[in-house]
Amino acid sequence: MVILAAIALFLAINAIRALREAGLDTMLSGTLWYPTSDPGKFGMLPLVLGSLLVTGIALLVSIPVGVGAAVYISEFSRGAVKDVLKSIIEFMAAVPSVVYGLIGVAVLIPLVKDVFSLPSGLTALTGGLILGVMSIPTIVSISEDALHAVPMDLRQGSAALGNTRWQTTFKVTVPSAGSGIFAAMMLGLGRAIGETIAVLMLTGNAAVIPDSVFESVRTMTGTIAAEMGEVVQGGLHYSVLFTVGLVLFVITFGVNLAADLVLERQRKRWRR
Amino acid sequence: MVTLAAADARAHGAPVAAEQEDLPAEGSFSLRDVSVAYGRDRVIEGVSMDIPPHAVTALIGPSGCGKSTLLRCLNRMNDELGNVRVGGHITLDGQDITGKAIDPVDLRMRVGQVFQRPNPFPMTIFDNVVYGPRTQGIRGRDELQALVEESLRSAALWEEVKKSLKKHAFELSGGQQQRLCIARALATKPEVILMDEPASALDPISTQQIEDTIASLKDDVTIVIVTHNMQQAARISDRTAFMLRESLEEPAHLIEVGETRKMFTNPDDARTESYITGRFG
Amino acid sequence: MMTPSRRRKARIAETTARMLLGSMALIVVGIALFVVGYIVYRGAGALDWQFLTDVPRNRGREGGIFPVVIGTVWVVGGTAAFALPVGILAGVYLSEYAPKGFATRAVRLAITNMAGVPSIVYGLFGLAAFVLLAGIGRSILAAALTLACMTLPVVITATEEALRQIPQDLRQASLALGATKFRMIRTVVLPAAAPGIITGSILGLARAAGETAPILFTGAVFQMRRIPDSPLSQFMALPYHIYTQVTSVPEWNPDLVWGTALVLVGGVSLVSVAAATWRAFQRRKIAW
Repeated sequence: MVILAAIALFLAINAIRALREAGLDTMLSGTLWYPTSDPGKFGMLPLVLGSLLVTGIALLVSIPVGVGAAVYISEFSRGAVKDVLKSIIEFMAAVPSVVYGLIGVAVLIPLVKDVFSLPSGLTALTGGLILGVMSIPTIVSISEDALHAVPMDLRQGSAALGNTRWQTTFKVTVPSAGSGIFAAMMLGLGRAIGETIAVLMLTGNAAVIPDSVFESVRTMTGTIAAEMGEVVQGGLHYSVLFTVGLVLFVITFGVNLAADLVLERQRKRWRR
Repeated sequence: MVTLAAADARAHGAPVAAEQEDLPAEGSFSLRDVSVAYGRDRVIEGVSMDIPPHAVTALIGPSGCGKSTLLRCLNRMNDELGNVRVGGHITLDGQDITGKAIDPVDLRMRVGQVFQRPNPFPMTIFDNVVYGPRTQGIRGRDELQALVEESLRSAALWEEVKKSLKKHAFELSGGQQQRLCIARALATKPEVILMDEPASALDPISTQQIEDTIASLKDDVTIVIVTHNMQQAARISDRTAFMLRESLEEPAHLIEVGETRKMFTNPDDARTESYITGRFG
Repeated sequence: MMTPSRRRKARIAETTARMLLGSMALIVVGIALFVVGYIVYRGAGALDWQFLTDVPRNRGREGGIFPVVIGTVWVVGGTAAFALPVGILAGVYLSEYAPKGFATRAVRLAITNMAGVPSIVYGLFGLAAFVLLAGIGRSILAAALTLACMTLPVVITATEEALRQIPQDLRQASLALGATKFRMIRTVVLPAAAPGIITGSILGLARAAGETAPILFTGAVFQMRRIPDSPLSQFMALPYHIYTQVTSVPEWNPDLVWGTALVLVGGVSLVSVAAATWRAFQRRKIAW
């Protein structure tokens, strides 16, 4: 709790200069990100849109695959198969993001480049795809927990009415776990939007508002990581990067809080 | 200090009452107008009774009548649940145990408890038995060894485990585990042992062994046992108290208390008779 | 009564759904297998004794990764030194002592939320709080503190979870023998919960070992001639090494980078699997 407050506080303190000199609204609505020109232009819109685009692509991949896999693991597999599947998910969550980035560089970039015959494979699509893979474990494990929490009685009740397993799953189990699955998607989104290193390695990092998924984009996280090493500490650019961090923090905090509240309500529902 | 001296004295077989003139440390309770409430819910009211030393007193009644709750008043385990208020007065050997005058931790060294399900600690048999004594600060190897043998003998488990005291307690059978729990409670040299349906999770043979153990213990300690098994109460207890909660809106009351034989043959109260002959749950 | 045609329809739906969901699970398995296989395939070639014991040469295009491994070990050790005591104490407090009220719920919510804060934001926090404000400078200590903040929620949650598994009976038995609450926790609850706590914490630490973003500004460096000799020196780390090789070294040597990735993933998985196996083994021994 203290640490969380401290994080918010430190981000805010360091962001103050930027907020005062550049103004939050100009930063948020500005479309030009030229931090090193004189005077610097700190329009965050390209970064925010970059993050949203990449995250959107990621969710398009991870939600169907993740929720589908979770339903399969929870409702259609058992015994050793279930254990193995769960361990695999845990393994995927344990792979460091830089390694996903490396795999993206080695496999996905050439693949995207060839398949869509683009001049470069460093695109929003590339970053989004790998991010999708990275958020699968979060979505699977939280959804699976939610499905698992649905009382057995409910399934048996449905089966006793002559429903097949799929009918039971579709009509009873998944709707009952609905809010938990929704929370899983939110947490997957939080994970994707906050991911740094892999996207930094894959999206090309052009700070312009993208027209299509085949263009290079730069995310909020990537911007902080790439530029913080080169700025003057305490300078305006430094402060602006903290503002980006603050925006990121507020977004993920909101998303996670919403998901947590949904999960807590769900837990209460099944208690006894 | 009185406690330890008394426990010591008993350990050496000396007559306790003779040494303690004003406070006979032998484990007799006196309850006066005891009431218990969980938050707004009054569960027990107006219980007054005496629990004599060196005898087995059974608390009987339908489930939900507050017998376990009353039992937990005697070693202040209700304190741990939070949100529980206990009213009235309870004395142990003349000393008030309800107020702040006594530390529940001290009280519990004098009043042991055996629970519904066997709950040995995840350690060796030896470590289980010496858990209480170690809490009291006893460290001497020989002393602990002697305590372990004495306690396990009293609990009728010594012969079965004397060669395997270093075995993990979970390797014992359910009945053995429960007798281990009794030995564990005995090792602190308590004046009283409370038992909350100690045989309800056990098979008939283990139950028989536990009952035999209880019968052999009452020379040393006072036993208060909660049971919903009529036959068990009739077999092992000297005195019986019957509690009943007649509706959910009202708290439970003590209906009748007296000699077990009389209770089971010629109860004073019609409700006692109905219960004993099987008319309530 | 179901008509035969409806029954057939139901059966077809059943099969289709099973296949569709199964294929989703299969995709996940495929990805995971590909990730493992590819890392091993590309990295195994570089893996030899010299690689593990030599220093990086020619900006990392040749030589080994010895100081990189050592740096990671130092940082993770430091992280453990901060995160474990604080996390376990906090977990015990929350689970055993904290009143069940609004405040505790809020703290718990904050902790789960801490787990969702992006790692780069922890990096910013570490830079502002430890490196600059506390004046520690970019160092192992600053990086370890930053990673510890990130690992804390994992340790706290693991502790709480493990303590929740301990039956209420056991606590009461200890109290009924005249133990104080503190003694009960120390002698009965914590030993019984230890496997869960330790394993959960190790999994959290393994993840910390693989993080790049938080150490980016708090002490990791691209190249160092010597092994770090104090908590205040800067360090090289496996994930950061991979990152800088790929992004800042022209014509980086794929063999060595993949070798580094293999060492990182292998190390993290080995430790995690070992911890999980040990816990499963302990659980079987102590079944409630």
